[in-house]
This record gives sequence, C-alpha cells and structure tokens, in this order.
Amino acid sequence: MIRNMWWKVLGLLLVLYSIIAGLLIDVPALPVIHQTIRNLFYHVSMWFAMFVMLGTSFIFSIRYLSGFRMKDDLMASGAVYTGIFFGLMGLMTGMVWAKFTWGDFWTNDPQLNGAAVSMMAYLAYTVLRGSIDEVAMRARISAVYNIFAFMLLVIFLGVLPRLADSSLHPGKGGNTSTMEGLDMTMRMVFYPAALGWVLIAFWLLQLHTRRRALIQGIH
Amino acid sequence: MRETAELIRKEFLLEIRQRYAINGILLYVFSTIFVVQLCFGRVIDEKTWIALFWVILLFAAFNAVSKSFIQEASARRLYYFMIASPLSVVVSKMVYNSLLMLVLGALSLGLFTVFMGFPGLYAGLFAPAFLLGCIGLASALTMVSAIASRSGNNAALMAILGFPVVLPLLLLLVKASQRALTGTVEFAELLRLLSAIALIDLVVVLLAVILFPYLWRD
Repeated sequence: MIRNMWWKVLGLLLVLYSIIAGLLIDVPALPVIHQTIRNLFYHVSMWFAMFVMLGTSFIFSIRYLSGFRMKDDLMASGAVYTGIFFGLMGLMTGMVWAKFTWGDFWTNDPQLNGAAVSMMAYLAYTVLRGSIDEVAMRARISAVYNIFAFMLLVIFLGVLPRLADSSLHPGKGGNTSTMEGLDMTMRMVFYPAALGWVLIAFWLLQLHTRRRALIQGIH
Repeated sequence: MRETAELIRKEFLLEIRQRYAINGILLYVFSTIFVVQLCFGRVIDEKTWIALFWVILLFAAFNAVSKSFIQEASARRLYYFMIASPLSVVVSKMVYNSLLMLVLGALSLGLFTVFMGFPGLYAGLFAPAFLLGCIGLASALTMVSAIASRSGNNAALMAILGFPVVLPLLLLLVKASQRALTGTVEFAELLRLLSAIALIDLVVVLLAVILFPYLWRD
C-alpha cells in the first residue's frame, strides 16, 4: 500500500507545505505587486500542472495512434479533462492576481490571450469527442486533433509571447524580469508547490480514468 | 507524384464543373468587402484596414476550404481510399486549397484597394507574409476540414476546431502587416517575422502529412 501511495502523500504534503510556508515566509517588497507575489506559488503551479497534464495527454495520443489500445485513449482524454480543470484554475487565480496588480481582471496580454485560446482549443476537443458516436473512430480522430492542439499550446505559450512587443508577464517580450530574479526563499516554496500540484494532478487523472474504465469496462 | 498531380487536376475539374461553389465564394468576398466599405466609408485608418483584411480573408478561407472534405460523400471517399495513397490525397487538397486561397487573397486585396485604397505596406515584408499566410491558412483548414468531416455535425465543428488552430498564424500575419506599415523593415526583423510564419506553415503541413492517414482509414 505504501509503495503505491507514497507519491499521493508526498503531493498532499508538498501542497500543504506550500500553502503554509507560502503565507508565512518573507517575500521581497517589490513595487506594484507587494504581498500579492505570494500568489506566484499557487497561480504558476496551476499552469505547471496543466502543462504536464496536456503533455501526458499528447504522449498518450501518440501511443494510441501507434497501438490502438483503448486504455491509451482513456488516459489521453482523461488527461485533457484534468488539464482543462487546472487551466481554468490558472486563469482564475491569474485574474484575481491581475485585478490587484494591473487593475483589471483581463488585460490584452499575449500570455493571457494565448492561455484563453489554448483553453478554447481543448474545449473544442471535448466537443469533438462528444460529436462522434463510434468509439474507435472517436479515439482516433480526437487523438489526431489532440496532437494539433498540443502544438498550438506550445506555439501559444512558448513562442508567441516571446515574439510579442510588450508583456506584463516576466521574461516575455520586453519585460526584463525573469524567473532568475526569484529569490532563494521563494524558490524554496515555489518548486515544491509546483511539484506537489503536478502530483495531485496525476492523482486526479488516476481517479478519473479508473472511474471511467469501470463504467466502460476497459482494463 | 503523378497521382498527386492527377488529383489536383481532378479538384480543378470539379470546381469548374460545379461553378456555383467558386462563384458563391467570390460573391461572398465581394459582398463582405462592399459591406465594409458601406459601413466604414472610404477612408479608414491603416490598422483597421489590416485587421479587416485578414478577418475577411479568414472567413473566406473558412467558407472556401471547409467544403474540401465535407462535400465528398462517403462512397466517393471510399473510392479514393481504394485507388490513391492518403499522402497524395492530402497533399493534392492542400495544394489546391492554397491556390484557391491565393486567388481569393489576390481578389480581396484588389477589392480592398479599389474600395478603400492601399495603405502603402512595405512589399518586401507584406508580399511574402501574404503568400505564406494564404498557404498556411489553406493547409491548416484543410486538415481541420478532414477532422470535422469525420464527425457528426461538421459545419459547427469546422468553426470551433478551426478557429484556435489558425489563430496563431493570423496573429503573426496581422503583426507582420502592421510592421510593414512603417516603411522599410530591417532585414533581421523581416527574417524573424517571416521565419515564424514559415515555421508554423511547416509544422502544420508536416503534422497533416503524418496524421492524415489515421483520419483517412475507416
């Protein structure tokens, strides 16, 4: 039992640690963001978890197309649903943060627009799955679209913000502050937080696919 | 290679025989641009010109390309499946749609110039961006049309699947056009913008070629 459970416990402990330590540690006093910089531990971790989930889904889609095993399709679609959940959480935590630092819930920032469009692409994936009745065909077509969607995600969150003229996000287009500017105490909380949420995401994925496998009778 | 050429010829033949489809799209482009002229008046500022131009071209592309797989009945698809390789089918469709998009794009450009003038874009940047943009839009939408044609309600799906897929390309095209407004663009900048667009085109075409066989078989 311990052998299978350790990573879940670790995930819970890391998230718990990041919540407690994230609110207690001293953060550098920066203009504009001030104490809201603590949101970094929670907001950025959401995107990490989302990216890992969608990456997992991408890998399983490729695996599905190379072997046509229904279990791979189950994992791929489950990972997309979990990724969408974390993406929406990331958008929400980001919007709250934006309200208190930039003054608005939504700004015309390349990173924000990219995140929104990527979410749209993955929501379209769920619609696509819903519109095909035949199981094997649904798995195949949605795997193909999923590979496209992941490419889109990489372009949107990795390439376009760097080409942009101006961004409010650190490290992107003209904005000189980067992750390297993060001081040591903050890193001590941020990395465990990101890892913790990624582990929680895998746990959610496991629960989701187990439930669906039971319903559909796939092993 | 010969197979591809033959399939492209078939696309042209079909288009000429069912002339209502191409005429419909041409009329669509004409009426949209005419409506824009009526609504905005003859004088619009350059940024609006660029935005309207690409948005109209995007919708024209949706209309023109979406029929490429959807119009074909499943019996005929089965027939192609028997006689042609998936690679030549998808390449022929992409080539044909790219040519169609170039014609539509040139027509829109002409109509925009007639109705609203040309904002003096730097041709060294705008022309290659326009060329790559038409090819990219056509290829991406061809692939989306292939995906949508395999599902139940394909007209609605075409829009929701296609929109996110072409958006990065569209944003880069608008950006390149706006940069072309400032007159001559230095070479490094030009290369950076064009290579970003070309990279997206390349990725789309490669993915389409790799993934199309999976969509094709039943």
